[in-house]
Amino acid sequence: MDKDGAVYSVELENVTKIFDESTVAMKNVSLKVKKGEFFSILGPSGCGKTTTLRIIGGFETPNEGTVRIDGRRVNNLPPNRRPVNMVFQNYALFPHLSVFENIAFPLRLKKMTESEIREKVEYMVELVKLKGQERKFPRQLSGGQKQRVALARALVNEPRVLLLDEPLSSLDAKLRQYMLMELDRIHDEVGITFIYVTHDQAEAMSVSDEIAVMNNGVIEQVGTPPEIYESPANTFVAGFIGETNFFVGKVVDVSSEYLKVETRFGILTCYKDKEAKIGDTVEFMIRPEKVYVTKNYPPQNMNFLRGKVDQLIYLGSHTKYYIMVENTLIRSIKQHTRYWMDESTISWDDEVYVWWNPDDSYLIKVTGG
Amino acid sequence: MKRHDIYTLPILIWLSLFFTIPLSITVIMSFMSSTPYGGVTLPFTVGNYVEIMKGRILAILWRTIRISALSTLITLGLSLPVSFFMATSKWKNLLLMATIIPFWTNFIIRIFAWIFLLGNNGMLNNILIQLGIVKNPITFLYNSWAVVVVIVYTYLPYMILPIYSAMEKFDFSMIDAAMDLGATKIRAIFKVMFPSIKGGITAGILFVFIPALGSYAIPELVGGRDSVMLGNLIAWEITTARNWPYATALSNILFVSTALALFLYLKIQGSDGK
Repeated sequence: MDKDGAVYSVELENVTKIFDESTVAMKNVSLKVKKGEFFSILGPSGCGKTTTLRIIGGFETPNEGTVRIDGRRVNNLPPNRRPVNMVFQNYALFPHLSVFENIAFPLRLKKMTESEIREKVEYMVELVKLKGQERKFPRQLSGGQKQRVALARALVNEPRVLLLDEPLSSLDAKLRQYMLMELDRIHDEVGITFIYVTHDQAEAMSVSDEIAVMNNGVIEQVGTPPEIYESPANTFVAGFIGETNFFVGKVVDVSSEYLKVETRFGILTCYKDKEAKIGDTVEFMIRPEKVYVTKNYPPQNMNFLRGKVDQLIYLGSHTKYYIMVENTLIRSIKQHTRYWMDESTISWDDEVYVWWNPDDSYLIKVTGG
Repeated sequence: MKRHDIYTLPILIWLSLFFTIPLSITVIMSFMSSTPYGGVTLPFTVGNYVEIMKGRILAILWRTIRISALSTLITLGLSLPVSFFMATSKWKNLLLMATIIPFWTNFIIRIFAWIFLLGNNGMLNNILIQLGIVKNPITFLYNSWAVVVVIVYTYLPYMILPIYSAMEKFDFSMIDAAMDLGATKIRAIFKVMFPSIKGGITAGILFVFIPALGSYAIPELVGGRDSVMLGNLIAWEITTARNWPYATALSNILFVSTALALFLYLKIQGSDGK
């Protein structure tokens, strides 16, 4: 907790944003972002995540609800008076200013002395590893370098919160991975709150302390990456984060720990993550990496199905199997922990067993029946 | 002749026929004298230029520059917000169309429309009298202000179009960025937008100032005795006084002052920043 007593860096309380009658960008969104957190807002395009960020930045005003930064209501403060800075998707670097002057821009607005400006800009240049590039103009920089300038410019003002709007979307995959690690390092170094908007679940998973999954203007779930991945709040979250296998069926038997569910594949056992009674309709899922594919009969007490190998995608570190069972593809991922040639004998069109431990499934939804 | 010179030949012919030769003729003619019947005669003399430098023509030259500069300034002042509005509007293309539509009507007709609007028996005066605001019609026309108003009206699109096209390409998220970094909206526009649309502004100023310097029809139709511009004087010397050498000397003065204005402006533009 800070001196000022606020635990949360950014709080949204029942925020609704309507652009016109037909587009509701945010519906009753509530969020609490803890101080110093790397917080991601994840969702498909058009889900309202950028609007959420722009509301925090002060570029949009909510129709309803309250926005607080460090415990203070900021609904009516313009962007230039909020203690937050933003890294824009297209960087929005000023083309007529050099790298140095771009970073110095907010300092010059504050009328700092030349020596103060020099000192602060140099620190930033050091932090984002741009030494020697200060005199260049934006058009002379690569995508990754522009990204660094945008970061330095947003951080030089020492904001309480840094907002990042899909900052890596225009970089190629390798550079994106590298910049993500750089972001993480810079976050550790400056120690302020980062709010990161992205549609890429891998990006969000790899760096965030917490993730808010958004869809159609509502927050579907807020949680740590493992929470979101292992116990998704609903089908949307389960489907959006990673690949998964869904099963729907009616409960036929309930024990203290498990449910027996009648599905179109027969009776399957699933772990009782939520209360359910006989006759309820339930939906549960099993992640592909927890599904085994073997030619041998599976061990005792496992859920198993029989199917044919439809697709096999070898990816070096792991292989993805798509097994056709009753006209449905079941996904499985096998991590290769041994030399592959010794390990795998399964090939296309093989008849195989698909099996998993009932403890590894997750019960997403129970509907009373 | 080298092979690639062939390709530049048509342009060379074009420029010599329609630019270099006429210009040379005016330059040569301006150093000759006129005959009583409107002809041109030798020997060469600098008499025409001496005559110009002597007096009252300088006042007209100065007035021409003043009216043109003032009109350009007003046009710029109007065009910046209009272009900004157009560039950020949903109905960009419609507004662009509306800017261009007046070109479909003949230039002279449009000037007469202003006479109809502002004349002593014009619409504006009729309305003012009907409403009882004034008793006798106000003379809006036949002075420098009327000239300025009509120049502004006529050349406004030439200013709007280049500025609009520069603004349209401008990335408006830079304004957000500047505001995010602590600038007010006005400062953001001045510090970030203006440097980016400088080219459009320069083009607009040149497109308006240069033709305004050569105005003839506008001061002729809506101007008065106090608003004679260089263009009118040249026309008078050619048609009424039939003094071609003197007229060409005047037009050369106009040519040189235009070129000078252009040169100075580009020099200033080029020197700041970059």
